[in-house]
Amino acid sequence: MDSKRRTFLKGTLAVGAVGVAVGSGLLAPRRVLAAWPQTAFEAKSVQDALKALVGSDLTEASGKVRVKAPDIAENGAVVPVTVSAGLGGVERMAIFVEKNPQPLTSSYDLAANAQGYVSTRIKMGKTSDVIAVVQAGGKLYSARKEVKVTIGGCGG
Amino acid sequence: MASTIKIRATERNGVVVVKALMAHPMETGQRKDKKTGKKIPAHYIQEVKAEHEGKEVLTAHWGPAISKNPYISFKFTGGKKGEKVKLSWKDNKGQSDSREAVIR
Repeated sequence: MDSKRRTFLKGTLAVGAVGVAVGSGLLAPRRVLAAWPQTAFEAKSVQDALKALVGSDLTEASGKVRVKAPDIAENGAVVPVTVSAGLGGVERMAIFVEKNPQPLTSSYDLAANAQGYVSTRIKMGKTSDVIAVVQAGGKLYSARKEVKVTIGGCGG
Repeated sequence: MASTIKIRATERNGVVVVKALMAHPMETGQRKDKKTGKKIPAHYIQEVKAEHEGKEVLTAHWGPAISKNPYISFKFTGGKKGEKVKLSWKDNKGQSDSREAVIR
């Protein structure tokens, strides 16, 4: 009886420690040296990827976030995308392609002196919305733009 | 081996604009070799780091959906002409490269 109680206590302690470790990972202040967010990149939807990346999928559509991308991309393997945010204190930006098998293309951690601006080139499997999510002052802002793809970039 | 990175940093009105190109296949792991029918293993850059005079400005985490021979551009304040910007990348196979440029 008593030994069972001991085992039970040990069990709960172990679970407690794991819980704390997971919790602290999610709640830790943003570190510039963060590890590569594998679960976010493997997520199959924008919502799941956002939750894995920043712990929340509550975004607010904002006119201050701008996504610059072509209306029609002839080649889905190379789609230039520029995200700019007219917001102060931008901590992180992420670019998603809603209909890619794995929507998260990239995530950017910005230092205090970096401006809310990132430009790159992404692959798109088919016509889809490109979604930019900007984290500033602990809040998430988003903007989207549709890009029509005539030749997909995931075939080869 | 020649550097895989081309980088240019220019300062205007207190804002430094950095543009960089990296030579990398950015293989997704989804593509098949047309001759053998086997999948080509994934090989892509996962992390790009930019430093200004040793201080980190930007860290990018990339998935395989970034185009082949990737391009990145970003802006930051507080940099002067003659100072250094360093860019480095690491891929999923543990390869890496880095290069410094002088702000012009």
